[in-house]
Amino acid sequence: MSPSAMLVPGLLAATAIIALWRRVDVYGALTAGAGEGLTILLRIAPALVGLLTAVAMFRASGAMDWLSGLCAPLLERLGIPADLMPLMLIRPISGSGALAVGSEIMKTSGPDSYAGRVAAVMLGSTETTFYTIAVYFGAAGITRTRHTIPAALTADLMGFVGSALAVRIFFGS
Amino acid sequence: MAMAALWTGMVVLSFAFGLVNGKMDAVSAAALEGASSAIQLCLSMAGVLCLWSGVMEIMNRCGMSAKLARAFRPLLQRLLPNACRDDATLSAVSANVSANLLGLGNAATPLGIQAARRMARGQDGVASDELCLLVVLNTASIQLIPATIASVRAAAGAASPFDIVPAVWLASVLSVTAGLTAAKILARFSRRIS
Repeated sequence: MSPSAMLVPGLLAATAIIALWRRVDVYGALTAGAGEGLTILLRIAPALVGLLTAVAMFRASGAMDWLSGLCAPLLERLGIPADLMPLMLIRPISGSGALAVGSEIMKTSGPDSYAGRVAAVMLGSTETTFYTIAVYFGAAGITRTRHTIPAALTADLMGFVGSALAVRIFFGS
Repeated sequence: MAMAALWTGMVVLSFAFGLVNGKMDAVSAAALEGASSAIQLCLSMAGVLCLWSGVMEIMNRCGMSAKLARAFRPLLQRLLPNACRDDATLSAVSANVSANLLGLGNAATPLGIQAARRMARGQDGVASDELCLLVVLNTASIQLIPATIASVRAAAGAASPFDIVPAVWLASVLSVTAGLTAAKILARFSRRIS
């Protein structure tokens, strides 16, 4: 039995017991949250239809290979498979776009391959940077963002390199 | 508008590459397959995503987000000392960070915006060093349970969809640290030239 096999059942059991002990309606909360999950899915589904169409066309036409090939030597030195180049380009711009590209990588390389794992970790450890900056500064009425964008992109870059590093540490390459 | 340009660019480039590479048949088939694979992806993600959204809701009702928010207060007071002198800003920022950790994006954004608006008051549209830090913190947020990614992995047939969680934590910590460090260094630099 691997320790990670404990994670899901353990977390479910622990959450349920803590909730019962705190007199929270466990089942009511679970179904309410699951309904919320469905709402999220319903909201991203139309975007995924548009984006997965574009991503599939992009791959089939050979444009994806061209894009991946552009920075292949540099990426390989960082331990990042060249296939992940399109994911890193779209990640700061569009959340559902990154999800579309990432799921495409997991499908073609296999979810448990090195590239598939790095793609998943990249998706999990970074955010839709430009969208977030636009939302926050837009709402706060800020026009001079100063060093926010370079600093946020530094975080993204470190997230990408760190994802490859973390996958190598936990799973080997 | 950015998305319109991105989508148009991808489709037009695909058409051009398909024409040049003589792969138009494949591009045509891929367009139709891509659209239906989007719905397949949503369906196969749905179960895992809904389950974890449910678990998050239980944790939330147990008062976990309030507890996390309290735990982060001291750290945030050191990171954003000026802004956190205002109590309402401090509680909005700490609630924002804890909602991000629990993956409650819908809850996190309004809280973060509330804090950002308070911090932007009287600044004439110029972001202060601390406001830049807050935004950087939100562009590089850490999630305790990356449910969406796990559900995509499950949809792709991963043997153990959650086994990437420790790697996600490590990569997130590296990313947040790099972002905050860069913001601190760049703030000093931008002050010197202005």
